[in-house]
Amino acid sequence: MSKEVNLEEQFQARIDAGERIEPKDWMPERYRKTHIRQISQHAHSEVVGMLPEGNWITRAPSLRRKVGLLAKVQDEAGHGLYLYSAAETLGISRDQMEEQLLSGKAKYSSIFNYPTLSWADIGAIGWLVDGAAIINQVMLTRTSYGPYARAMVRICKEESFHQRQGYEIMLGLCQGSREQKEMAQDALNRFWWPSLMMFGPRDHESPNTEQSVRWKIKRKTNDELRQQFVDITVPQADYLGLKMPDPDLKWNEERGHYDFGEINWDEFWQVVKGNGPCNKERIAARQAARDNGEWVREAAIAHAKKKRQSLDKSA
Amino acid sequence: MSSNLFEYLLILGDNSMILAHRLSELCGHGPSLETDIALTNTSLDLYGQVRNYFQYAAEIAPEQPGASEDSIAFLRRERQYRNCILLEQPNVDFAHVIVRQFLFDAFQNLQLEALLQSSDSQIAAIAEKSLKESRYHLRFSSEWLKRLGDGTETSHQKTQTALDYLYPFVHEFFDETEIEEIAAKEGYGAKLADLKPGFESILKEGIESATLKIPDSKPRFAQGKLGIHTEQMGYILAELQFMQRAYPNLQW
Repeated sequence: MSKEVNLEEQFQARIDAGERIEPKDWMPERYRKTHIRQISQHAHSEVVGMLPEGNWITRAPSLRRKVGLLAKVQDEAGHGLYLYSAAETLGISRDQMEEQLLSGKAKYSSIFNYPTLSWADIGAIGWLVDGAAIINQVMLTRTSYGPYARAMVRICKEESFHQRQGYEIMLGLCQGSREQKEMAQDALNRFWWPSLMMFGPRDHESPNTEQSVRWKIKRKTNDELRQQFVDITVPQADYLGLKMPDPDLKWNEERGHYDFGEINWDEFWQVVKGNGPCNKERIAARQAARDNGEWVREAAIAHAKKKRQSLDKSA
Repeated sequence: MSSNLFEYLLILGDNSMILAHRLSELCGHGPSLETDIALTNTSLDLYGQVRNYFQYAAEIAPEQPGASEDSIAFLRRERQYRNCILLEQPNVDFAHVIVRQFLFDAFQNLQLEALLQSSDSQIAAIAEKSLKESRYHLRFSSEWLKRLGDGTETSHQKTQTALDYLYPFVHEFFDETEIEEIAAKEGYGAKLADLKPGFESILKEGIESATLKIPDSKPRFAQGKLGIHTEQMGYILAELQFMQRAYPNLQW
Protein backbone atom coordinates (compact mmCIF):
# COMPACT_ATOMS: atom_id res chain seq x y z
CA MET A 1 0.00 0.00 0.00
CA SER A 2 1.47 3.35 -1.02
CA LYS A 3 1.98 6.09 1.51
CA GLU A 4 -0.55 8.35 -0.26
CA VAL A 5 -3.31 5.77 0.00
CA ASN A 6 -2.52 5.30 3.64
CA LEU A 7 -2.73 9.02 4.32
CA GLU A 8 -5.97 9.23 2.45
CA GLU A 9 -7.45 6.44 4.54
CA GLN A 10 -6.37 8.13 7.73
CA PHE A 11 -7.85 11.36 6.45
CA GLN A 12 -11.19 9.69 5.71
CA ALA A 13 -11.10 8.09 9.15
CA ARG A 14 -10.71 11.50 10.76
CA ILE A 15 -13.63 12.85 8.76
CA ASP A 16 -15.75 9.83 9.66
CA ALA A 17 -14.93 10.39 13.33
CA GLY A 18 -16.27 13.93 12.94
CA GLU A 19 -12.93 15.65 13.38
CA ARG A 20 -12.28 19.09 11.91
CA ILE A 21 -9.58 19.46 9.28
CA GLU A 22 -7.31 22.47 9.84
CA PRO A 23 -5.12 24.37 7.32
CA LYS A 24 -1.84 22.70 8.34
CA ASP A 25 -3.23 19.16 8.30
CA TRP A 26 -2.49 16.86 5.42
CA MET A 27 -5.39 16.71 2.98
CA PRO A 28 -5.96 15.10 -0.41
CA GLU A 29 -5.33 17.48 -3.26
CA ARG A 30 -8.90 17.06 -4.46
CA TYR A 31 -10.26 18.01 -1.02
CA ARG A 32 -8.16 21.18 -1.11
CA LYS A 33 -9.28 22.03 -4.64
CA THR A 34 -12.93 21.33 -3.93
CA HIS A 35 -12.76 23.67 -0.97
CA ILE A 36 -11.04 26.41 -2.89
CA ARG A 37 -13.72 26.12 -5.54
CA GLN A 38 -16.59 26.10 -3.08
CA ILE A 39 -15.37 28.74 -0.63
CA SER A 40 -14.27 31.15 -3.34
CA GLN A 41 -17.55 30.65 -5.15
CA HIS A 42 -19.30 31.46 -1.91
CA ALA A 43 -17.13 34.56 -1.37
CA HIS A 44 -17.80 35.75 -4.92
CA SER A 45 -21.52 35.27 -4.35
CA GLU A 46 -21.37 37.58 -1.35
CA VAL A 47 -19.49 40.25 -3.26
CA VAL A 48 -21.46 40.05 -6.51
CA GLY A 49 -24.60 39.83 -4.38
CA MET A 50 -23.90 43.36 -3.19
CA LEU A 51 -24.71 44.68 -6.66
CA PRO A 52 -28.40 43.87 -7.18
CA GLU A 53 -29.25 45.08 -3.68
CA GLY A 54 -26.91 48.04 -3.92
CA ASN A 55 -29.00 49.07 -6.91
CA TRP A 56 -31.75 50.25 -4.53
CA ILE A 57 -29.75 51.95 -1.79
CA THR A 58 -30.05 55.45 -3.24
CA ARG A 59 -33.77 54.90 -3.89
CA ALA A 60 -34.81 53.21 -0.65
CA PRO A 61 -38.23 54.51 0.40
CA SER A 62 -37.47 55.66 3.95
CA LEU A 63 -34.44 56.50 6.06
CA ARG A 64 -34.99 53.43 8.20
CA ARG A 65 -35.09 51.14 5.16
CA LYS A 66 -32.10 52.85 3.61
CA VAL A 67 -29.97 52.34 6.70
CA GLY A 68 -31.13 48.72 6.97
CA LEU A 69 -30.21 48.01 3.37
CA LEU A 70 -26.86 49.78 3.54
CA ALA A 71 -25.95 47.80 6.65
CA LYS A 72 -27.02 44.58 4.99
CA VAL A 73 -24.94 45.14 1.88
CA GLN A 74 -22.03 46.09 4.10
CA ASP A 75 -22.42 42.79 5.99
CA GLU A 76 -22.12 41.00 2.67
CA ALA A 77 -18.80 42.70 1.99
CA GLY A 78 -17.72 41.50 5.43
CA HIS A 79 -18.81 37.94 4.62
CA GLY A 80 -16.84 38.14 1.40
CA LEU A 81 -13.78 39.12 3.43
CA TYR A 82 -14.06 36.22 5.93
CA LEU A 83 -14.61 33.76 3.14
CA TYR A 84 -11.70 34.98 1.03
CA SER A 85 -9.56 34.66 4.16
CA ALA A 86 -10.83 31.13 4.77
CA ALA A 87 -9.97 30.19 1.17
CA GLU A 88 -6.53 31.79 1.52
CA THR A 89 -5.69 29.21 4.18
CA LEU A 90 -5.73 26.66 1.35
CA GLY A 91 -2.98 28.39 -0.59
CA ILE A 92 -4.69 30.74 -3.01
CA SER A 93 -4.60 34.55 -2.86
CA ARG A 94 -7.53 36.94 -2.98
CA ASP A 95 -6.06 38.38 -6.12
CA GLN A 96 -6.03 35.01 -7.85
CA MET A 97 -9.60 34.36 -6.79
CA GLU A 98 -10.69 37.72 -8.18
CA GLU A 99 -8.96 36.93 -11.45
CA GLN A 100 -10.90 33.68 -11.64
CA LEU A 101 -14.15 35.50 -11.02
CA LEU A 102 -13.48 38.07 -13.73
CA SER A 103 -12.28 35.52 -16.27
CA GLY A 104 -15.41 33.44 -15.71
CA LYS A 105 -13.43 30.47 -14.40
CA ALA A 106 -14.99 30.79 -10.95
CA LYS A 107 -18.75 30.92 -10.57
CA TYR A 108 -21.01 32.72 -8.14
CA SER A 109 -24.62 32.14 -7.23
CA SER A 110 -26.72 32.52 -10.36
CA ILE A 111 -29.51 34.29 -8.52
CA PHE A 112 -27.47 37.50 -8.64
CA ASN A 113 -27.75 37.54 -12.40
CA TYR A 114 -31.38 38.53 -12.07
CA PRO A 115 -32.22 42.24 -11.95
CA THR A 116 -33.79 44.11 -9.02
CA LEU A 117 -36.63 46.01 -10.67
CA SER A 118 -38.65 47.29 -7.75
CA TRP A 119 -38.28 47.98 -4.05
CA ALA A 120 -40.17 44.74 -3.36
CA ASP A 121 -37.28 42.83 -4.92
CA ILE A 122 -35.17 43.91 -1.95
CA GLY A 123 -37.74 42.29 0.33
CA ALA A 124 -37.94 39.18 -1.85
CA ILE A 125 -34.17 38.77 -1.94
CA GLY A 126 -33.93 39.01 1.84
CA TRP A 127 -36.79 36.61 2.37
CA LEU A 128 -36.11 34.04 -0.36
CA VAL A 129 -32.47 34.34 -1.36
CA ASP A 130 -31.14 34.77 2.15
CA GLY A 131 -33.63 32.15 3.29
CA ALA A 132 -32.26 29.65 0.76
CA ALA A 133 -28.69 30.62 1.59
CA ILE A 134 -29.27 30.01 5.31
CA ILE A 135 -30.47 26.47 4.71
CA ASN A 136 -27.26 25.75 2.88
CA GLN A 137 -25.12 27.63 5.36
CA VAL A 138 -26.55 26.11 8.53
CA MET A 139 -25.47 22.78 7.09
CA LEU A 140 -22.04 24.24 6.38
CA THR A 141 -21.46 25.27 10.01
CA ARG A 142 -20.79 21.55 10.51
CA THR A 143 -18.65 21.13 7.43
CA SER A 144 -15.35 19.27 7.89
CA TYR A 145 -12.97 22.14 7.06
CA GLY A 146 -12.42 24.20 10.22
CA PRO A 147 -11.92 27.74 8.85
CA TYR A 148 -14.95 27.40 6.56
CA ALA A 149 -17.17 26.04 9.32
CA ARG A 150 -16.17 28.83 11.71
CA ALA A 151 -16.73 31.53 9.09
CA MET A 152 -20.18 30.03 8.53
CA VAL A 153 -21.18 30.25 12.18
CA ARG A 154 -20.60 33.96 12.13
CA ILE A 155 -22.19 34.49 8.74
CA CYS A 156 -25.31 32.51 9.64
CA LYS A 157 -26.13 34.82 12.54
CA GLU A 158 -26.14 37.83 10.26
CA GLU A 159 -27.93 36.06 7.44
CA SER A 160 -30.84 35.09 9.61
CA PHE A 161 -31.17 38.73 10.61
CA HIS A 162 -31.19 39.68 6.90
CA GLN A 163 -33.82 37.08 6.18
CA ARG A 164 -36.10 38.49 8.88
CA GLN A 165 -35.50 42.00 7.60
CA GLY A 166 -36.49 40.90 4.07
CA TYR A 167 -39.60 39.16 5.30
CA GLU A 168 -40.54 42.23 7.27
CA ILE A 169 -40.27 44.37 4.12
CA MET A 170 -42.61 41.90 2.37
CA LEU A 171 -45.01 41.91 5.31
CA GLY A 172 -45.15 45.71 5.24
CA LEU A 173 -45.94 45.67 1.52
CA CYS A 174 -48.57 42.97 1.90
CA GLN A 175 -50.31 44.94 4.63
CA GLY A 176 -50.11 48.11 2.55
CA SER A 177 -51.93 49.43 -0.50
CA ARG A 178 -53.08 47.37 -3.48
CA GLU A 179 -50.12 48.67 -5.47
CA GLN A 180 -47.69 47.62 -2.77
CA LYS A 181 -49.16 44.15 -2.61
CA GLU A 182 -48.94 43.80 -6.39
CA MET A 183 -45.32 44.85 -6.21
CA ALA A 184 -44.70 42.13 -3.62
CA GLN A 185 -46.48 39.47 -5.68
CA ASP A 186 -44.53 40.43 -8.79
CA ALA A 187 -41.24 40.16 -6.90
CA LEU A 188 -42.21 36.71 -5.62
CA ASN A 189 -43.19 35.63 -9.14
CA ARG A 190 -39.80 36.61 -10.50
CA PHE A 191 -37.63 35.38 -7.62
CA TRP A 192 -39.32 32.11 -6.63
CA TRP A 193 -37.95 29.85 -9.34
CA PRO A 194 -34.44 31.32 -9.36
CA SER A 195 -34.41 30.80 -5.57
CA LEU A 196 -35.15 27.10 -6.06
CA MET A 197 -32.33 26.97 -8.60
CA MET A 198 -29.92 28.21 -5.94
CA PHE A 199 -29.64 24.67 -4.57
CA GLY A 200 -28.02 23.54 -7.80
CA PRO A 201 -28.79 20.72 -10.24
CA ARG A 202 -30.85 17.66 -9.34
CA ASP A 203 -28.86 15.09 -7.35
CA HIS A 204 -28.42 12.72 -10.27
CA GLU A 205 -26.95 15.57 -12.32
CA SER A 206 -24.68 16.96 -9.64
CA PRO A 207 -21.22 15.46 -10.26
CA ASN A 208 -19.66 16.72 -7.04
CA THR A 209 -22.34 15.77 -4.55
CA GLU A 210 -21.31 12.22 -3.73
CA GLN A 211 -17.69 13.00 -2.93
CA SER A 212 -18.72 16.15 -1.06
CA VAL A 213 -21.05 14.15 1.14
CA ARG A 214 -18.32 11.57 1.83
CA TRP A 215 -15.95 14.33 2.91
CA LYS A 216 -18.68 15.98 4.94
CA ILE A 217 -18.33 19.16 2.96
CA LYS A 218 -22.00 18.75 2.30
CA ARG A 219 -24.20 16.88 4.73
CA LYS A 220 -27.34 16.96 2.64
CA THR A 221 -27.92 16.72 -1.10
CA ASN A 222 -29.18 19.53 -3.32
CA ASP A 223 -32.63 18.00 -3.61
CA GLU A 224 -32.95 17.46 0.14
CA LEU A 225 -32.03 21.07 0.83
CA ARG A 226 -34.38 22.34 -1.87
CA GLN A 227 -37.26 20.37 -0.39
CA GLN A 228 -36.47 21.74 3.04
CA PHE A 229 -36.59 25.28 1.64
CA VAL A 230 -39.93 24.74 -0.08
CA ASP A 231 -41.44 23.25 3.08
CA ILE A 232 -40.34 26.21 5.18
CA THR A 233 -41.22 28.91 2.68
CA VAL A 234 -44.70 27.97 1.45
CA PRO A 235 -46.41 28.65 4.81
CA GLN A 236 -44.56 31.99 4.98
CA ALA A 237 -46.03 32.98 1.60
CA ASP A 238 -49.47 31.89 2.82
CA TYR A 239 -49.09 34.12 5.85
CA LEU A 240 -48.25 37.05 3.58
CA GLY A 241 -51.31 36.26 1.47
CA LEU A 242 -49.18 35.82 -1.64
CA LYS A 243 -49.61 33.11 -4.24
CA MET A 244 -46.71 30.91 -5.25
CA PRO A 245 -46.15 30.99 -9.02
CA ASP A 246 -46.36 27.19 -9.30
CA PRO A 247 -49.65 25.48 -10.25
CA ASP A 248 -48.20 22.10 -9.25
CA LEU A 249 -47.41 23.13 -5.73
CA LYS A 250 -49.43 21.17 -3.17
CA TRP A 251 -49.05 19.45 0.19
CA ASN A 252 -48.39 15.73 -0.08
CA GLU A 253 -49.80 14.11 3.03
CA GLU A 254 -48.10 10.81 2.33
CA ARG A 255 -44.60 12.23 1.92
CA GLY A 256 -45.09 14.86 4.58
CA HIS A 257 -43.67 17.43 2.15
CA TYR A 258 -44.84 19.84 -0.51
CA ASP A 259 -44.74 18.58 -4.08
CA PHE A 260 -43.65 21.24 -6.53
CA GLY A 261 -43.36 21.72 -10.27
CA GLU A 262 -40.36 21.12 -12.47
CA ILE A 263 -37.67 23.78 -12.52
CA ASN A 264 -36.82 25.21 -15.93
CA TRP A 265 -33.37 23.62 -16.14
CA ASP A 266 -32.72 25.10 -19.51
CA GLU A 267 -32.96 28.57 -17.98
CA PHE A 268 -30.76 27.43 -15.09
CA TRP A 269 -27.96 26.27 -17.40
CA GLN A 270 -28.29 29.33 -19.62
CA VAL A 271 -27.77 31.61 -16.63
CA VAL A 272 -24.91 29.48 -15.26
CA LYS A 273 -23.21 29.67 -18.65
CA GLY A 274 -23.28 33.46 -18.62
CA ASN A 275 -26.41 34.26 -20.60
CA GLY A 276 -28.66 35.40 -17.76
CA PRO A 277 -30.25 38.84 -17.67
CA CYS A 278 -27.37 40.52 -15.79
CA ASN A 279 -24.27 38.27 -15.97
CA LYS A 280 -22.38 40.70 -18.17
CA GLU A 281 -23.31 43.72 -16.06
CA ARG A 282 -22.30 42.04 -12.80
CA ILE A 283 -18.87 41.07 -14.05
CA ALA A 284 -18.43 44.46 -15.73
CA ALA A 285 -19.18 46.17 -12.41
CA ARG A 286 -16.61 44.04 -10.56
CA GLN A 287 -14.10 44.60 -13.33
CA ALA A 288 -14.65 48.36 -13.16
CA ALA A 289 -14.20 48.37 -9.37
CA ARG A 290 -10.94 46.49 -9.81
CA ASP A 291 -9.66 48.68 -12.64
CA ASN A 292 -10.67 51.95 -11.00
CA GLY A 293 -9.15 50.82 -7.73
CA GLU A 294 -5.83 49.71 -9.11
CA TRP A 295 -4.03 53.02 -8.69
CA VAL A 296 -5.47 53.28 -5.18
CA ARG A 297 -4.13 49.89 -4.14
CA GLU A 298 -0.77 50.70 -5.70
CA ALA A 299 -0.65 54.01 -3.82
CA ALA A 300 -1.38 52.26 -0.53
CA ILE A 301 1.44 49.77 -1.13
CA ALA A 302 3.88 52.48 -2.21
CA HIS A 303 3.04 54.60 0.82
CA ALA A 304 3.45 51.67 3.21
CA LYS A 305 6.86 50.95 1.67
CA LYS A 306 7.97 54.58 2.09
CA LYS A 307 6.84 54.53 5.69
CA ARG A 308 8.75 51.34 6.38
CA GLN A 309 11.88 52.73 4.78
CA SER A 310 11.78 55.88 6.85
CA LEU A 311 11.27 53.77 9.99
CA ASP A 312 14.26 51.62 9.04
CA LYS A 313 16.38 54.70 8.52
CA SER A 314 15.49 56.21 11.85
CA ALA A 315 16.07 52.87 13.64
CA MET B 1 -37.51 80.96 17.30
CA SER B 2 -38.68 77.48 16.54
CA SER B 3 -38.66 78.22 12.84
CA ASN B 4 -35.04 79.36 12.83
CA LEU B 5 -34.09 76.33 14.90
CA PHE B 6 -35.87 74.16 12.33
CA GLU B 7 -33.95 75.71 9.43
CA TYR B 8 -30.70 75.39 11.35
CA LEU B 9 -31.33 71.67 11.86
CA LEU B 10 -31.85 71.39 8.11
CA ILE B 11 -28.40 72.84 7.45
CA LEU B 12 -26.85 70.33 9.84
CA GLY B 13 -28.89 67.39 8.59
CA ASP B 14 -28.67 68.12 4.87
CA ASN B 15 -24.88 68.32 4.91
CA SER B 16 -24.75 64.85 6.44
CA MET B 17 -27.49 63.47 4.22
CA ILE B 18 -26.21 64.58 0.85
CA LEU B 19 -22.70 63.34 1.64
CA ALA B 20 -24.15 60.06 2.95
CA HIS B 21 -26.07 59.73 -0.31
CA ARG B 22 -22.95 60.23 -2.40
CA LEU B 23 -21.05 57.67 -0.31
CA SER B 24 -23.90 55.19 -0.57
CA GLU B 25 -23.59 55.30 -4.36
CA LEU B 26 -20.19 53.67 -3.93
CA CYS B 27 -21.41 50.68 -1.94
CA GLY B 28 -20.26 47.59 -3.84
CA HIS B 29 -17.94 49.55 -6.13
CA GLY B 30 -15.05 50.55 -3.85
CA PRO B 31 -11.39 50.00 -4.73
CA SER B 32 -11.17 47.14 -2.21
CA LEU B 33 -13.58 45.35 0.12
CA GLU B 34 -11.94 47.06 3.08
CA THR B 35 -12.48 50.58 1.74
CA ASP B 36 -15.96 49.62 0.58
CA ILE B 37 -16.83 48.61 4.13
CA ALA B 38 -15.26 51.73 5.64
CA LEU B 39 -17.02 54.17 3.31
CA THR B 40 -20.35 52.42 3.81
CA ASN B 41 -19.76 52.72 7.52
CA THR B 42 -19.22 56.45 7.18
CA SER B 43 -22.40 56.69 5.14
CA LEU B 44 -24.27 54.79 7.87
CA ASP B 45 -22.91 57.07 10.60
CA LEU B 46 -23.97 60.13 8.63
CA TYR B 47 -27.46 58.73 8.05
CA GLY B 48 -27.66 58.09 11.78
CA GLN B 49 -26.95 61.78 12.37
CA VAL B 50 -29.52 62.74 9.76
CA ARG B 51 -32.18 60.72 11.54
CA ASN B 52 -31.35 62.38 14.85
CA TYR B 53 -31.52 65.86 13.39
CA PHE B 54 -34.67 65.26 11.37
CA GLN B 55 -36.55 63.46 14.13
CA TYR B 56 -35.91 66.47 16.30
CA ALA B 57 -36.80 68.85 13.45
CA ALA B 58 -40.08 66.95 12.94
CA GLU B 59 -40.98 67.51 16.60
CA ILE B 60 -40.55 71.25 16.35
CA ALA B 61 -41.58 71.70 12.70
CA PRO B 62 -43.54 74.93 12.44
CA GLU B 63 -47.01 74.56 10.93
CA GLN B 64 -46.37 71.00 9.76
CA PRO B 65 -48.49 68.60 11.71
CA GLY B 66 -47.57 65.04 10.76
CA ALA B 67 -44.01 65.96 9.81
CA SER B 68 -41.59 63.04 10.14
CA GLU B 69 -37.94 62.32 9.54
CA ASP B 70 -38.98 60.96 6.15
CA SER B 71 -41.15 63.86 5.09
CA ILE B 72 -38.24 66.17 5.91
CA ALA B 73 -35.67 63.99 4.17
CA PHE B 74 -37.67 63.17 1.04
CA LEU B 75 -40.46 65.61 0.45
CA ARG B 76 -38.92 69.03 0.20
CA ARG B 77 -38.39 70.97 -3.01
CA GLU B 78 -34.84 71.41 -4.18
CA ARG B 79 -34.74 75.04 -3.07
CA GLN B 80 -35.54 73.91 0.49
CA TYR B 81 -32.44 71.74 0.88
CA ARG B 82 -29.67 73.56 2.71
CA ASN B 83 -26.49 71.53 2.26
CA CYS B 84 -23.22 73.12 1.18
CA ILE B 85 -22.56 72.36 -2.46
CA LEU B 86 -19.21 70.67 -1.76
CA LEU B 87 -21.21 67.70 -0.52
CA GLU B 88 -23.18 67.20 -3.72
CA GLN B 89 -20.04 66.99 -5.85
CA PRO B 90 -19.89 63.64 -7.64
CA ASN B 91 -17.65 60.64 -6.90
CA VAL B 92 -15.36 61.31 -9.85
CA ASP B 93 -12.72 58.93 -8.52
CA PHE B 94 -11.41 57.72 -5.16
CA ALA B 95 -9.25 60.85 -4.84
CA HIS B 96 -12.33 63.09 -5.09
CA VAL B 97 -14.14 60.89 -2.57
CA ILE B 98 -11.30 61.13 -0.05
CA VAL B 99 -10.62 64.83 -0.52
CA ARG B 100 -14.32 65.75 -0.26
CA GLN B 101 -14.52 63.62 2.88
CA PHE B 102 -11.40 65.14 4.44
CA LEU B 103 -12.57 68.71 3.82
CA PHE B 104 -15.96 67.99 5.34
CA ASP B 105 -14.63 65.94 8.27
CA ALA B 106 -12.28 68.76 9.24
CA PHE B 107 -15.16 71.22 9.31
CA GLN B 108 -17.63 68.86 10.96
CA ASN B 109 -15.23 67.95 13.78
CA LEU B 110 -14.91 71.58 14.77
CA GLN B 111 -18.57 72.33 14.32
CA LEU B 112 -19.60 69.40 16.51
CA GLU B 113 -17.06 70.33 19.17
CA ALA B 114 -18.62 73.78 19.28
CA LEU B 115 -22.13 72.32 19.37
CA LEU B 116 -21.29 70.39 22.54
CA GLN B 117 -21.85 73.77 24.19
CA SER B 118 -25.18 74.34 22.45
CA SER B 119 -27.87 75.84 24.68
CA ASP B 120 -30.24 73.33 23.09
CA SER B 121 -29.77 70.09 24.98
CA GLN B 122 -30.92 67.93 22.05
CA ILE B 123 -28.39 69.47 19.69
CA ALA B 124 -25.68 69.09 22.32
CA ALA B 125 -26.59 65.41 22.78
CA ILE B 126 -26.58 64.72 19.03
CA ALA B 127 -23.25 66.51 18.72
CA GLU B 128 -21.73 64.42 21.47
CA LYS B 129 -22.74 61.19 19.79
CA SER B 130 -21.76 62.36 16.31
CA LEU B 131 -18.41 63.74 17.33
CA LYS B 132 -17.04 60.31 18.15
CA GLU B 133 -17.96 59.18 14.64
CA SER B 134 -16.71 62.32 13.00
CA ARG B 135 -13.32 62.02 14.70
CA TYR B 136 -13.01 58.53 13.32
CA HIS B 137 -14.01 59.74 9.85
CA LEU B 138 -11.35 62.43 9.97
CA ARG B 139 -8.73 59.89 10.96
CA PHE B 140 -9.75 57.66 8.08
CA SER B 141 -9.83 60.42 5.46
CA SER B 142 -6.54 61.97 6.69
CA GLU B 143 -4.80 58.62 6.53
CA TRP B 144 -6.03 57.99 3.02
CA LEU B 145 -5.12 61.52 1.99
CA LYS B 146 -1.56 60.71 3.06
CA ARG B 147 -1.52 57.38 1.27
CA LEU B 148 -2.77 58.91 -1.93
CA GLY B 149 -0.79 62.14 -1.75
CA ASP B 150 2.41 60.42 -0.72
CA GLY B 151 1.89 57.19 -2.65
CA THR B 152 2.74 56.95 -6.33
CA GLU B 153 3.19 59.73 -8.84
CA THR B 154 -0.21 58.92 -10.34
CA SER B 155 -1.99 58.97 -7.02
CA HIS B 156 -0.28 62.22 -6.05
CA GLN B 157 -1.39 63.86 -9.26
CA LYS B 158 -4.97 62.61 -9.05
CA THR B 159 -5.26 63.77 -5.45
CA GLN B 160 -3.83 67.21 -6.16
CA THR B 161 -6.31 67.52 -9.05
CA ALA B 162 -9.18 66.60 -6.74
CA LEU B 163 -7.98 69.06 -4.14
CA ASP B 164 -7.64 71.84 -6.70
CA TYR B 165 -11.17 71.22 -7.81
CA LEU B 166 -12.85 70.79 -4.42
CA TYR B 167 -10.96 73.21 -2.21
CA PRO B 168 -12.65 76.37 -3.56
CA PHE B 169 -15.97 75.02 -2.25
CA VAL B 170 -14.91 74.97 1.42
CA HIS B 171 -15.41 78.69 1.83
CA GLU B 172 -19.13 78.15 1.84
CA PHE B 173 -18.85 76.43 5.22
CA PHE B 174 -17.94 79.83 6.69
CA ASP B 175 -20.32 82.07 4.73
CA GLU B 176 -22.66 82.83 7.56
CA THR B 177 -26.32 82.81 6.63
CA GLU B 178 -28.86 84.69 8.63
CA ILE B 179 -30.07 81.39 10.04
CA GLU B 180 -26.62 80.57 11.39
CA GLU B 181 -26.13 84.08 12.68
CA ILE B 182 -29.33 83.91 14.71
CA ALA B 183 -28.54 80.36 15.86
CA ALA B 184 -25.15 81.47 17.16
CA LYS B 185 -26.56 84.57 18.78
CA GLU B 186 -29.26 82.59 20.56
CA GLY B 187 -26.70 80.12 21.79
CA TYR B 188 -27.83 76.89 20.13
CA GLY B 189 -25.65 77.21 17.02
CA ALA B 190 -21.91 77.40 16.40
CA LYS B 191 -20.25 80.71 15.57
CA LEU B 192 -18.69 79.90 12.22
CA ALA B 193 -15.95 82.51 12.30
CA ASP B 194 -14.63 80.93 15.50
CA LEU B 195 -14.10 77.63 13.69
CA LYS B 196 -12.02 79.01 10.88
CA PRO B 197 -8.56 79.08 12.50
CA GLY B 198 -8.94 75.45 13.66
CA PHE B 199 -10.15 74.44 10.22
CA GLU B 200 -7.21 76.06 8.50
CA SER B 201 -4.76 74.37 10.80
CA ILE B 202 -6.30 70.89 10.27
CA LEU B 203 -6.18 71.46 6.53
CA LYS B 204 -2.62 72.71 6.55
CA GLU B 205 -1.43 69.80 8.65
CA GLY B 206 -3.36 67.16 6.66
CA ILE B 207 -2.53 68.50 3.23
CA GLU B 208 1.14 69.17 3.88
CA SER B 209 1.76 65.82 5.49
CA ALA B 210 0.22 64.28 2.37
CA THR B 211 2.88 66.19 0.36
CA LEU B 212 0.11 68.14 -1.39
CA LYS B 213 -0.32 71.87 -1.87
CA ILE B 214 -3.17 74.01 -0.66
CA PRO B 215 -4.51 75.55 -3.86
CA ASP B 216 -4.10 79.25 -4.25
CA SER B 217 -7.53 79.71 -5.74
CA LYS B 218 -10.48 82.01 -5.33
CA PRO B 219 -13.57 80.78 -3.48
CA ARG B 220 -16.26 79.33 -5.72
CA PHE B 221 -19.58 81.10 -5.71
CA ALA B 222 -21.77 78.90 -3.54
CA GLN B 223 -25.20 79.37 -1.99
CA GLY B 224 -26.23 75.85 -1.11
CA LYS B 225 -27.27 76.84 2.40
CA LEU B 226 -29.70 79.27 0.80
CA GLY B 227 -31.10 76.47 -1.32
CA ILE B 228 -29.33 77.32 -4.56
CA HIS B 229 -27.58 74.16 -5.66
CA THR B 230 -25.59 72.81 -8.58
CA GLU B 231 -27.05 70.98 -11.55
CA GLN B 232 -26.08 67.74 -9.74
CA MET B 233 -28.69 68.22 -7.06
CA GLY B 234 -31.75 67.51 -9.17
CA TYR B 235 -30.42 64.07 -10.02
CA ILE B 236 -29.57 63.31 -6.41
CA LEU B 237 -33.10 64.22 -5.40
CA ALA B 238 -34.60 62.28 -8.31
CA GLU B 239 -33.15 59.11 -6.79
CA LEU B 240 -33.53 60.07 -3.16
CA GLN B 241 -37.18 61.02 -3.54
CA PHE B 242 -38.21 58.49 -6.19
CA MET B 243 -40.27 56.12 -4.05
CA GLN B 244 -41.89 58.81 -1.92
CA ARG B 245 -42.90 60.76 -5.03
CA ALA B 246 -44.01 57.79 -7.11
CA TYR B 247 -46.03 56.22 -4.25
CA PRO B 248 -47.12 59.06 -2.00
CA ASN B 249 -48.44 58.64 1.54
CA LEU B 250 -47.57 54.99 2.05
CA GLN B 251 -45.77 53.12 4.80
CA TRP B 252 -42.66 51.11 3.90
